[in-house]
Amino acid sequence: MKVSYYPGCSLHGTAKEYDQSVKAVSSALGIDLAEVEDWSCCGATSAHSTNFKLSVALPARNLVLIESAGDKEVMVPCAACFNRFKSAQHHLAHDDRLKAEMDGIIGRPYQGTVTVKHPIGLFHDDVGMDTIAQKVVKRLTGLKPVSYYGCLLVRPPEVCQFENYENPCMLDEILGALGAEVKQWSFKTDCCGGSLTISRTDVVRNLVDRLMTMAREAGANCVVTACPVCMANLDTRAGENVKLPVFYFTELMALAMGVPGPADWFKLHMVDPTPLMSGLGLI
Amino acid sequence: MKTFLEEVNEKIKGVPIQRCYHCRKCTAGCPLASVMEYNPNRIIKMIQMGMKKEVLNSSTIWLCASCETCITRCPNEVDIARMMDILREMAIKEGVPAKEKNVILFHEAFLWGIKLRGRINEPLMMVNYKLRSGDFFSDMSMGIEMFLKGKLPLISPKTKNLRAVKDIFEKTRQ
Repeated sequence: MKVSYYPGCSLHGTAKEYDQSVKAVSSALGIDLAEVEDWSCCGATSAHSTNFKLSVALPARNLVLIESAGDKEVMVPCAACFNRFKSAQHHLAHDDRLKAEMDGIIGRPYQGTVTVKHPIGLFHDDVGMDTIAQKVVKRLTGLKPVSYYGCLLVRPPEVCQFENYENPCMLDEILGALGAEVKQWSFKTDCCGGSLTISRTDVVRNLVDRLMTMAREAGANCVVTACPVCMANLDTRAGENVKLPVFYFTELMALAMGVPGPADWFKLHMVDPTPLMSGLGLI
Repeated sequence: MKTFLEEVNEKIKGVPIQRCYHCRKCTAGCPLASVMEYNPNRIIKMIQMGMKKEVLNSSTIWLCASCETCITRCPNEVDIARMMDILREMAIKEGVPAKEKNVILFHEAFLWGIKLRGRINEPLMMVNYKLRSGDFFSDMSMGIEMFLKGKLPLISPKTKNLRAVKDIFEKTRQ
């Protein structure tokens, strides 16, 4: 299966272990990823907070690049980029005047033929849970994660088209298939504060502390995410007395599937997961 | 002359915000409501009352994190998240200084970073933010630790066709 790949800016920097683990897991699952040629930033929160047209045009340029390369599907692992891509597609499909204006700005019309996919959905639905379960060589026994989807994968539901937006379960099912004892909690899609982490760190500390406290109350020994912004906030803003190791779900998939890399990726985390993982005999 | 309410409704292009019957579901689910100057549903009422100055001057519009919980749960499909984007855009256009100064300075640094290289280089963008905000020392030790882990590369690939990205900025400028 050949799929176009849009890493986005974070995956080339603070989230490089996400980039590496997405690629390693995709390859092990037979997905051939080809990075979008000469991609540019999606604009993230800063574009849509200040200039609506800019927030559509920036992802639209990338959609046109993908379409021009003849690709039908693009994998977007960053939840923020995923959201901006889906949102641009939504506005282009529902507003003809905006669409015409954007075609003029980009210099090439977008035909609307690209499907934007997040790796959670792609692995869960396209690869399938049976295949994932068959690939597991080391069950993650003793690992008790809560799955944290955050905001941008699931909301607004009309745009993201993600399953069961108030209580998504795809990530829980993937982690379950890896042999982890997934804990249930009601904070799967609560906000971590996003980019306020830089400008209002105090606010984000409070939000993250509440998430960590609730994860602990649910009996979790780690938190699993699929978003570089959530990862950055959970991994750096939690108080000393509540913090837990945080993983990208693809790191855990790689570990369970015997794909090389996890031990090196774990060294990049700010909350060191090695005591937990070696204590459980997982690394 | 259009009323404030008409201006906002025209830009939202969704259901008129006066459909809000103040069930406060948006406010109940809003993760930032506790630190906002006015709750989200109160902002709707203030728009209806024509309180443009107070709304555009409020911290609320800058503290909204765009988590989209409000629009997801609103029984009347009032797009409050989009409304917050519109209010921020209006405040910028009308030169109303942001009450949460650092929030907009972060956005400016971020967009500067895109214009510069087509892609965000996180350390460059953060230095730019610090120069704008004068907040030089927060997160320093964390930044150094991340740098040592190789997570803040000073050199990273940029978009080759930078002209195309700059064109987008020029053609969407308001």
